[in-house]
Amino acid sequence: MSILVIAEHNNESIKAATLVTVAAAQEIGGDISVLVAGANCGAAAEEAAKIDGVTKVLVADNAVYEHQLAENLAALVVEIGKDYSHILACTTTTGKNFLPRVAALLDVAQISDVSGVISQDTFQRPIYAGNAVATVQSSDPIKVLTIRGTAFDSVAAEGGSAAIEAIDVVTDAGLSRWERAEIAKLERPELTAANIIISGGRGMQNGENFALLEAVADKLGAAIGASRAAVDAGFVPNDMQVGQTGKIVAPDLYIAVGISGAIQHLAGMKDSKVIVAINKDADAPIFQISDYGLVADLFKALPELDELLD
Amino acid sequence: MKILVTAKRVVDANVNVRVLSDNSGVDINNVKMAVNPFDEIAIEEAVRIREAGNAEEVVVASIGPTQCKEQIRTALALGADRGIFVETDADIQPLAVAKLLKALVDKENPDLIILGKQAIDGDNIQTGQMLAALAGLPQATFASEILLADGEATVTREIDGGMETITVKTPAVITADLRLNEPRYASLPNIMKAKKKSIDTYTPEELGVDVTPRLTTLKVEPPSDRQAGVIVADVEELVDKLKNEAKVI
Ligand SMILES: Cc1cc2nc3c(=O)[nH]c(=O)nc-3n(C[C@H](O)[C@H](O)[C@H](O)COP(=O)(O)OP(=O)(O)OC[C@H]3O[C@@H](n4cnc5c(N)ncnc54)[C@H](O)[C@@H]3O)c2cc1C
Ligand SMILES: Nc1ncnc2c1ncn2[C@@H]1O[C@H](COP(=O)(O)O)[C@@H](O)[C@H]1O
Repeated sequence: MSILVIAEHNNESIKAATLVTVAAAQEIGGDISVLVAGANCGAAAEEAAKIDGVTKVLVADNAVYEHQLAENLAALVVEIGKDYSHILACTTTTGKNFLPRVAALLDVAQISDVSGVISQDTFQRPIYAGNAVATVQSSDPIKVLTIRGTAFDSVAAEGGSAAIEAIDVVTDAGLSRWERAEIAKLERPELTAANIIISGGRGMQNGENFALLEAVADKLGAAIGASRAAVDAGFVPNDMQVGQTGKIVAPDLYIAVGISGAIQHLAGMKDSKVIVAINKDADAPIFQISDYGLVADLFKALPELDELLD
Repeated sequence: MKILVTAKRVVDANVNVRVLSDNSGVDINNVKMAVNPFDEIAIEEAVRIREAGNAEEVVVASIGPTQCKEQIRTALALGADRGIFVETDADIQPLAVAKLLKALVDKENPDLIILGKQAIDGDNIQTGQMLAALAGLPQATFASEILLADGEATVTREIDGGMETITVKTPAVITADLRLNEPRYASLPNIMKAKKKSIDTYTPEELGVDVTPRLTTLKVEPPSDRQAGVIVADVEELVDKLKNEAKVI
C-alpha cells in the first residue's frame, strides 16, 4: 500500500487536520507520502517532514496553488495520485471541496467522512446525520477518502524526518480566481481543536448575550460554538456552527446553552466525552444525550457559572 | 441563460431514521420524503435569478425511482419551468449521479448548474464537485452568495475559518449552502400550474451511462448509544460534578 495524504496548511504551517489524516493513513498501513501544495510553502513542507510516520513529503510550490482552488489542486493531485493505492484528505471545507473532483477525474468513488478503518478497502462512515453508521467496501483501484477529524487520534507533529521532494507540475486550469477571504480572528481555541466548547443557541436571544458565554469560555479556556438557529438569526458568524452541516467536534466537555438538541445539531457534537445542557425546558431533547442537565434560565445560570468558576 | 438545478428525493429532515434490524440499511417505508433541503435552496436561487431577469429558463432534474417525480413537481411548483426525470431503481452513488447529470449537461447546455451542497441522507458532499470535474467546468461549492456578471459568477463560500470569495467563469457548477437564501413555500395556484409543466423521462441506458456501484454497503448499524445522565439541582452541583466526578474542568 502507498498512501498519499494531502496536507492542510496555510503555507506557513501544517494544520492539525493533517495529523489526524496521517493517523488514519497509519491505520490503513503502508508508505505515507504527504503532498504540500501551496505558494511559498517551504515552511509548511519542513513541518510536514517532521510528522511522525511520514515517509516522503512532496512539495508543489507555485502561485497557482496558493488558495487551494479546486480546479488546480485537483489536477495536480490526479497527476501525482495515480501511483498511489489511497488518497486521503481531512473532512474540512478544503478537503470536501477538491477531493471529489480528484475522485471523478480518476473515475473512482470517494468515501466521505471515514470514521473507522476496517481494512484496506473497507471503511465505516456516518450517514443520516450520524443516525446510522455504514460499513462500505470499495472495488476501485484507488481509494479516495476524506477522514473525519474527530474519529482518529492525531499522530505526533514531531519525531519524523521524511525526505522532501519538489514537484514541478503546474496545473492552472484558468477557470477560477480567488478574490478575498474574511477569516474570523480567533481569540480563543479553534472549535475543532478545543478541549472544551461552550455553544449557544436560539435561547441566547441576540449576539450581545454571547458575552455571557465568552465570560465562561475565558475562564475555561473554551472555544465558542453555536447552533444553526443562532447563526441564521445573525447572532454569530457561520464558522461557529456546530452540526451536520457545520463543524463536527468531539471535545472533552461540550456545554450546550439554550440549544434544543435537533438531530442536525447532535450530529456535530454527540461524540463529545462529557455533554452538559442548560435549558429552561425540561423536555428539550438535548437532555436525552447529556451527562449533566441543568433545567434553568440561562440568563440566571450563566452569571452564576461565571462566578463559581473564579 | 439557462439554469439546471436538481431535486433529490430524501427522507424529510425532521424524521429520525431507524436502522433496519437486519442491518441492510435504514427503514424508509412509510417515512415522509421531501426535496433535499439544500436542493430547495438551489431551486430558490435559480428561480430568483430568472425572476430578476438574468435567466430565461430553470430546468430541474431528479434521479431515482418513479416517486422522484413528486420532488420534480414540488420544484416546478416552486418556480422551475420544466423537469427531467432519470428513472432507475438501482443504488445510484454520487459518481453515477454526476455522470448522469453530465449527460444532461451535454443535452441541455446550461449556463449555470446549481446543486445542493449535500444530500442529507448519504451526507456525501460530492456530486457537484464530481459533475464539475467530468464536465470540465469550474466549481464554487458551499455558496452563501452568488453575483452574476459578464460571463462570470462571483461566489461567496462558507469555509471553516469564515468566508471566501472566488470568481468562476460560466458555465459553472455551484453548490448551495444553507444561508444562500430562504426558500419560499409553493402557493396553491403554483402547485396547480406545476401539474401542466412538462417532464422528460430518460433511463441511464438512454443516456449511455454505466451506473454500476463502486461501493458495496456491507452493513448499516445504529451509532453507539449515549445514555441520558443526571439532572443537577443547580449551578453549584453542576460545577462540583464537572470538577470532581467527570474531572473535565
Ligand atoms: C438540512 C438541515 C441542516 C441543518 N444543519 C444544522 C447544523 O449543522 N447545526 C445546527 O445546530 N442545526 C442545524 N439544522 C437546524 C436544526 O434542525 C435546528 O433547527 C437547530 O439546531 C435549532 O437550533 P436551537 O436549538 O438553537 O434553536 P431551538 O430549537 O429554537 O431551541 C432553542 C432552545 O433554547 C431554549 N431556551 C430559550 N430561552 C431560554 C432561556 N432563557 N434559558 C434556557 N433555555 C432557553 C428553549 O427551551 C429551546 O430548547 C439543520 C436543519 C436542516 C433542515
Ligand atoms: N439522485 C439524485 N437526484 C438529483 N440530484 C442529486 C441526486 N443525488 C445527489 N444529487 C445532487 O447532489 C447534491 C449533493 O449530493 P451528495 O453528493 O450526495 O451529498 C444534492 O444536494 C443534489 O443536488
